[in-house]
Amino acid sequence: MCGIAGLIHRGKSSDIGSEMVSMLQSLKHRGPDSTGFALYGVPEENRCILRFKVAEQEDLSSGFDIHAQIKERKATVDERLKELGASVVEKDEATEYAFRYEFEYDGDMRRLADYIEDGDGAEILSIGRGLELIKDLGDATVVSDAYDLKGFQGTHAIGHTRMATESDVDIRSAHPYWAYPFNDVSVVHNGQLTNYWTSRRELERRGHRFMSNCDSEVIAVYIADRMNQGDDLEAAMKRSIDELDGVFTYIVATSDKLGMAKDVMAAKPMVLYESDDFVGLASEEVAIRSVFPHEIDTWDPYEGEVKVWQA
Amino acid sequence: MAGVAHKSHEMGLHSEQLSGRTQQRFFSATEEENFVYPWSYEVDFDKSAQFDAEGMDTPQINVKIRELMQQGHGTITVKNPMARHSLGVGILNRLNLNFEGSLGYFGCGLIDGPNVHISGRVGWSCAENMMAGTVVIEKNGGSTFGAAMRGGDLVCKGDVGSRTGIDQKGGTIIVGGRTGAFSGFMMQRGRMVILGDAGKNLGDSMYDGTIYVGGKLTDLGVDCVEGEMTDLDVKWLNDKLGKYGLEAPNGAENMTKLVSGKQLWNYDNLEPTEKKLVL
Repeated sequence: MCGIAGLIHRGKSSDIGSEMVSMLQSLKHRGPDSTGFALYGVPEENRCILRFKVAEQEDLSSGFDIHAQIKERKATVDERLKELGASVVEKDEATEYAFRYEFEYDGDMRRLADYIEDGDGAEILSIGRGLELIKDLGDATVVSDAYDLKGFQGTHAIGHTRMATESDVDIRSAHPYWAYPFNDVSVVHNGQLTNYWTSRRELERRGHRFMSNCDSEVIAVYIADRMNQGDDLEAAMKRSIDELDGVFTYIVATSDKLGMAKDVMAAKPMVLYESDDFVGLASEEVAIRSVFPHEIDTWDPYEGEVKVWQA
Repeated sequence: MAGVAHKSHEMGLHSEQLSGRTQQRFFSATEEENFVYPWSYEVDFDKSAQFDAEGMDTPQINVKIRELMQQGHGTITVKNPMARHSLGVGILNRLNLNFEGSLGYFGCGLIDGPNVHISGRVGWSCAENMMAGTVVIEKNGGSTFGAAMRGGDLVCKGDVGSRTGIDQKGGTIIVGGRTGAFSGFMMQRGRMVILGDAGKNLGDSMYDGTIYVGGKLTDLGVDCVEGEMTDLDVKWLNDKLGKYGLEAPNGAENMTKLVSGKQLWNYDNLEPTEKKLVL
């Protein structure tokens, strides 16, 4: 089933970490397997943020060598960053297997991403100037506590509670998806794409890599690919309504925008609340009410509808 | 025919008399044969109660409503429903029930008898399988509004989502604004009144029933065709809309009437009442 949510503050930043935790916790019943956040903080000049993992959570309970392997894998990432001339300014260890680096780098970001992921067990969750993508097993509170998300200041965010259907219960298959190798683009999705393999092969032929077998990853890469070809976010999303087949509602975020799209069958839910300085959207109104407990006017977007908001 | 109707009433099969595929006669609240469930609570509409639902979960709220009915309260107001799902469901009783706020999914499903007023909006599948009574929503509604509804009046004064009245089997759905795609899909009976625009595939594969649209039609579904607007239609529309303080934007006489073309029919000719006895 899955639950998706998004929020954007217009012209100001807020504690989007706490807000998104509240929204996703209220959608827990739509998917208790994993929870993910794409949080857009306030970017610093010449500074990029890398979120990556070197093992799955379940790996920790298998094998005697995993703890040593994790250290080796992390050391490999460090060496490769240094080798490419990236200057790591700050390192945080959220869990034993997931890390947050702030770094300065003016080289080819795709080369950097490919080189890091070429290391054994390494997977980049996100690279961006504002984007920080965090996902793990458990509900929103569990993930938030593990990664210390409450108090995260930023302008906009998207999130996802997953009920695994067509792929595994692991971090790799959890949402949101970063649109490798493009900075600051992320997607959450509720639904099912019926032309997943066709779309994926087409994008792979264009040089894109996929880390999972989850159909939602296609949307992230598709949108980023279209934007790379010159479409703006809204144009890319409108095109997706025709070119992606199936039932879907998805939310996409870039460095300064938030958008939503609904397929022509309108089979997946979405509720919207929009005021002068805030937009909230979610699979169910209870998520928006967790941030705005007072009476508000909300509505459902219609079939084939695409909307984009600026931070 | 009268004998058949009487027999099916004895069996407790339905609360409306049917005398033709597109005609309905609803029971009168003043008549003795009016159907009342044996386990219904005796309530007094002048005896009112209210409670604040903040901090309560869905089962607690629904149980509280039943407790108040059991105590004879015929008018109940629930404050701060906070868009929780499945509120006010399965009420098989006469009752004036007011929600001050919005409901989530499946609000007022499977009700038979109460008059419900909701000051906010409703989520998906409001009044699904509703059998009798009225539900009036002041703001917007989600998709599958009134799905499989069997009787009563379901009124949303704002816009509603897609698949409104899917599998509608009776009663009246009124939408003050627009409605989304696939509304009236597989409609079998009853009436749907859309004062605003209707999304694509309206009335797709409808077997019977009538849809009136006051705004623009995007397109019609398979076997949905334009019908002839009669004086009776106009009178019925004005009467029905007037009860809820609504009116057609360009006059009821200028609404578009849509019915089944009945080219997809592949059924026997038994009347529904007869069919119930056969089955």
